[in-house]
Amino acid sequence: MIEVKNLVKSYGNVVAVKGISFKADEGAILGFLGPNGAGKTTTMRIITGFMPATSGTVLIDGLDIFKNSLEARRKIGYLPENPPLYTDMRVDAYLRFVARLRGLGRSAVDEALEHVLKVCGLEEMSHRICGHLSKGYRQRVGLAQALIHNPPVLVLDEPTIGLDPRQIHEIRELIHKLAGHRTVVLSTHILPEVSQICQKVVIIADGRVVLEEQLEKLPAGTSLEEVFLHAISKEHPEDAGRAEETLEEVGAGHA
Amino acid sequence: MPAAPRKRWRRLARVTPDSVAASKMRNAITIAGKELAGYFVQPVAYVVMSVFLLLGGFFFFNMLRYFEVVLQMYTAMQNPEVLARLNLNHAVIEPLLHNLAIVLVILVPAITMRSFAEEKRTGTYELLLTAPVRTGEIVAGKFIAAAVFMLIMIGLAGIFPLILVMFGNPEIGVMMSGYIGIAFLSVSFVAIGLFTSSITQNQIIAAITCFGLLLLLYVISWPAEAGGSQFGDLLRYLSLPDHFGQMVSGIIDTRDIVYFLSVIVVALFLTQRSVESVRWR
Repeated sequence: MIEVKNLVKSYGNVVAVKGISFKADEGAILGFLGPNGAGKTTTMRIITGFMPATSGTVLIDGLDIFKNSLEARRKIGYLPENPPLYTDMRVDAYLRFVARLRGLGRSAVDEALEHVLKVCGLEEMSHRICGHLSKGYRQRVGLAQALIHNPPVLVLDEPTIGLDPRQIHEIRELIHKLAGHRTVVLSTHILPEVSQICQKVVIIADGRVVLEEQLEKLPAGTSLEEVFLHAISKEHPEDAGRAEETLEEVGAGHA
Repeated sequence: MPAAPRKRWRRLARVTPDSVAASKMRNAITIAGKELAGYFVQPVAYVVMSVFLLLGGFFFFNMLRYFEVVLQMYTAMQNPEVLARLNLNHAVIEPLLHNLAIVLVILVPAITMRSFAEEKRTGTYELLLTAPVRTGEIVAGKFIAAAVFMLIMIGLAGIFPLILVMFGNPEIGVMMSGYIGIAFLSVSFVAIGLFTSSITQNQIIAAITCFGLLLLLYVISWPAEAGGSQFGDLLRYLSLPDHFGQMVSGIIDTRDIVYFLSVIVVALFLTQRSVESVRWR
């Protein structure tokens, strides 16, 4: 479970995150939405302990990411926006390294490696060099490294960006399959993705949460697009135009 | 005998992954192993080693030739007093090590510039800093890898004194002291290189800053004469070649070792602070 409490983050004079709170439940996929520059990546970087918040806190299964940082980080699997691959390493060597780094014992590494290679469909690629892989496979290796220590919490920053439609479908299926008893937070621009695989949605705009709701509780008959637009325009009318543009793009991508 | 199994259990308990000291070392070694393997899949490492050894061979050959010419000259002149004073250490190994030290000023930045800068640029920094690993362990791992690489390179340069031992009669102790000196020197350089790599995501900036710092440490005692007694002493204390020169000439003084160790500790401390600073900003 992830509890985000009153998160504030400022870079110098720019306040990127202005008091975000939400809760991601165990065994559910949470869709984290917002227009570009709303503070999604910043929030995710704070949740994963990459950088601290200016104020506020994050609890990972009850552990404070700042105070019990090491234990909390051990519970997280994180896929940043760009898969963090060492481009001159082989896939298997890379995953072994990550497994060791995340605290798996020498004997557990082989088993974990075999498992994630299978789950992510990378068996044929295990001896390839990361830098030579296509975008889709890089993304899968990125997922594999996030999963290798079997973490109870998964944080995925735009996992389907830049993939072709078939790959998007595959990665979505994969995330859906992975969820199980895990807590998954998934940020994305693609609204149908959320309606397909998420149970809960959190929409942020301009550094604030404008909607936090179970998908099933959204008003019947309204599409997520409408909800999204309504949510971000209600709070900040000036954002509405920009969001419509984003949606047009999204719509065009799915026409 | 109940004592023996208990002892063994204690030993096992000490090396479980939860034991803090063991896991600290383990993380550093995991990172060091990956870094070291990384050096050898990259052409840069081989180029640096080749340049170092080829230039070393060139210096060695020249000095040996020169030594031979001088030797023949004094033999012809039948001057036993000068002949007795000529020696291989002084004429060959000392200048060789001084030259190699200058080559290191240029080569070390090329080796260390990637270490942090590249991780920041490609985004693997996020992987490292979100893993359950302390920043000190990351710095230690990278330092161990770069230091081991340097020691391998200097070990290979041990071929030169080996040749002298095979065909001549040099003083082995003095040569050892000189090589220990250049080992300390290179490891201190590496620590400084890690620091400059940690402050930027641009490898070129990392390399040039490192080169500048190393060169500065090399020439820092030049204004010592004009600097007055106290300031001059300080500059001379900071000067790398002064401490290194002592060891090359066969004197292992704890003051020199303390100097090198201080450079290493200060540089690594600053590196750790600089990596950690992502977390303050």
